[in-house]
Amino acid sequence: MSFSKLAARTVALGYLALLLVAPVIMIFYRTFEGGLAPVWTAINEPNAIHAFWLSIEIVAIAVPLNTAFGVGMALLLERGKFKGKLLLGMLIDLPFAISPVVVGLALVLVYGKTGWFGNWLIGHGIQIIFSVPGMVIATAVVSLPFVARETAPVLRELGTDAEQAAATLGASGWQTFWRITLPAIRWGVVYGVVLTTARALGEFGAVSVVSGRIEGQTQTLPLYVQDQFENFNVTGAYTAAVVLALLALGTLVAMNLLTRRTRRRTTV
Amino acid sequence: MAIEALNVSKRFGDFVALEDVSVRVNDGSLTALLGPSGSGKSTLLRIIAGLEIPDSGSVVIDEREVTSIPARSRGVGFVFQHYAPFKHMTVHDNVAFGLTVRKRPKAEIAPRVEELLELVRLDGLAERYPSQLSGGQQQRMALARALAVQPKVLLLDEPFGALDAQVRGELREWLRRLHEEIHVTTIFVTHDQEEAMEVAEQIVVMNKGKIEQAGTPHELYESPRNEFVMSFIGPVNRLGDSFLRPHDIQILAEADGSGIEALIRRVVHLGFEVRVELTLPDGRDIWAQVTRETAEQLELKEGQILAVRLPPPRVFAA
Repeated sequence: MSFSKLAARTVALGYLALLLVAPVIMIFYRTFEGGLAPVWTAINEPNAIHAFWLSIEIVAIAVPLNTAFGVGMALLLERGKFKGKLLLGMLIDLPFAISPVVVGLALVLVYGKTGWFGNWLIGHGIQIIFSVPGMVIATAVVSLPFVARETAPVLRELGTDAEQAAATLGASGWQTFWRITLPAIRWGVVYGVVLTTARALGEFGAVSVVSGRIEGQTQTLPLYVQDQFENFNVTGAYTAAVVLALLALGTLVAMNLLTRRTRRRTTV
Repeated sequence: MAIEALNVSKRFGDFVALEDVSVRVNDGSLTALLGPSGSGKSTLLRIIAGLEIPDSGSVVIDEREVTSIPARSRGVGFVFQHYAPFKHMTVHDNVAFGLTVRKRPKAEIAPRVEELLELVRLDGLAERYPSQLSGGQQQRMALARALAVQPKVLLLDEPFGALDAQVRGELREWLRRLHEEIHVTTIFVTHDQEEAMEVAEQIVVMNKGKIEQAGTPHELYESPRNEFVMSFIGPVNRLGDSFLRPHDIQILAEADGSGIEALIRRVVHLGFEVRVELTLPDGRDIWAQVTRETAEQLELKEGQILAVRLPPPRVFAA
């Protein structure tokens, strides 16, 4: 290996180690520093358990919503013929450009007590802000672009020949989508779902503003970590952080295994 | 089933793909749409299939107006240049697709697929995926897939364009025989005049969004209606406003006064055919096509001066 290649690798790996690997290892190290007993106690804390299930609940609603929306949007952008397509493509990326805190504030402005629909909604017994619906919306907004952005290029690459062939063979639009288009773009969708899930699990800023951060009620895992840290319960914070990291890691590994197993069978 | 396009026009932005095109294809025939790229031949085929909607004009299949009927209800089989395989399905599932979406019972699908794979000589490859097949095999799979739903008409868009010369030759021959066997009205698009002459019973020559001439290969070759058809179908010499076929130029063994003098610039041996490049006394260059036998008998050599007899030239009104 040439010197320059070696140097490039060292720099790249060193950068990764300093920024990502070392902090993650430190979290794991500090969590288990005092043995398993304090970790076990921290895990069984009712507020921690609640935060865990709330995070799962929000992800379980927001991710499917964004998956359906993202695939639909990608189809619209790649297969649709209409004016303003460019503008729509830019709109989808907006959540990437805006700070999550601003997203949260904007949602409060629209759905809060003094917001546009807030009063009307509360009058009809629907509370969005400071409750789970608002947190789901905030999470959905910040993780909106991933599926569309991962799926659109795969759709473009795929072309329309196979879809048109299906049409001439008598398939309806719906049949063509489920039997031809979706199987062909599935890895783009899967990758988008993984990114959406990871992003949704870790969301802090927007959810923090919208939730009101009520302990045991509107506290997700990231909010719980922050809360414990501020209250000097270091073990609680680290344990929750590790659980969060493992959840995200689990998603990545699960998708990876799934991808590899099916891919080996169909593509050569 | 007869196919008819009536006064069909289609634009893509500023580009005129088809301009007031009308054509009729008879029941059970095998027709080629022939023309250079950009002539509108693929667009016409796609409009017949319903994959493209004409700006104006209508399409009639089997005496039924189908212009506003979507592709999936037209009963056409369509074969794409790049095969358009369903990559995530086996060969069997590809061929069965049209029957599966029609919710036919499995007991009916299995024997039908088997029969079709035999027809396209892919029996034994049913469990393979498209990526494990050669280009020629993928195209035959695509053809079986199109035939599975018993289409009224079969449309092929440059079906052999992506294949190498040898496979292309085999598939041409095979398509002709297949058509004799199943007799479904077939239209295929090609830019290769040799392919059109070899395979088709009828040829429709297209250029710049219009039909130049339609007829049998023999008719088009012997009585081309205009300059474009004459020069697109078969080789030509151009002398001012007139055209002659190279094989109509006769090289004489002895100057008997009936011919004109010509100088041989070059003799090119192409196997059975020999190409003789000549310069006429007035300085114009033409070439003649003779057989190997004639070339040997006359002992044609570069630099030799001999007599040639020109056929009556063809002149087309501008």
